Amino acid sequence: MSIQYYIILCLTLFSIGVVGVLTRRNAIIVFMCIELMLNAVNLLLVAFSKMYHGAALQSAANTTAGIDAQIFVFFIMVVAAAEVSVGLAIIVMMYRNTHSVDINFLNRLKN
Amino acid sequence: MSTVDILFYLLSAFAIVSATMVLISKNPIHSVLWLILVFFAISGHYILLNAQFLAIVNIIVYAGAIMVLFLFVIMLMNIKKDAEPQKQLLVKLTGVVAGGSLLTLLIAVVKQTTQIENKQVLLKEGTIGLIHPLGQALFTDYVIPFEISSVLFLSAMVGAVIIGKK
Repeated sequence: MSIQYYIILCLTLFSIGVVGVLTRRNAIIVFMCIELMLNAVNLLLVAFSKMYHGAALQSAANTTAGIDAQIFVFFIMVVAAAEVSVGLAIIVMMYRNTHSVDINFLNRLKN
Repeated sequence: MSTVDILFYLLSAFAIVSATMVLISKNPIHSVLWLILVFFAISGHYILLNAQFLAIVNIIVYAGAIMVLFLFVIMLMNIKKDAEPQKQLLVKLTGVVAGGSLLTLLIAVVKQTTQIENKQVLLKEGTIGLIHPLGQALFTDYVIPFEISSVLFLSAMVGAVIIGKK
């Protein structure tokens, strides 16, 4: 499978996430679209890691080239889990104060 | 066309359709369920790439923990189905056009890049996605980031509790 198919798939998923952030007003859905973008990047990192590994296998058997990208994906998942816990706590607090999760209420920071 | 190719196209179409449904669903709970389907499709891709550890972690952490947290919050808030105020049609259209332009631009760049021409992704083979090599790398070369991430988790937990208690 050519790497370009993977790049185009991940770009499509990422753009869907961008459109979601731009068009929805529900803070939870915006947050979910950010998760979608993170996952698209994860998939692309794994695809690149396997591309690099496949190229390195030509010259040397049992090499572990390309394993760094998969470790990065693991750390991205760790950071995403921490981010979700704090972000959802913030959304819950915002709901308690305004009784809504509409992000347009948050423009009060402007003044 | 081999089985792997058919699986790739099926999983890709499944992922893209589910991701679009996340956007169009009016009900936030339906959006969460569609997003879980996207994560399962991405896990299928990981299995296709023989990254078995990441496939399992993706299902356990994302579909199992994070999405359940989202569902809890949505059900706790008791948001009504039609309560979400919609953006104006013009703003929505602008968002879709902006995202579409970004996608077109990036695909055009990818099509013109010469470094990735004829590069193949190794499917079904390669051992770097298995637990043994990953664990070896994680606990030798990357042991300091691993320990720091545990501190990050602790601080995130403390932060979530403090923000939620107010």
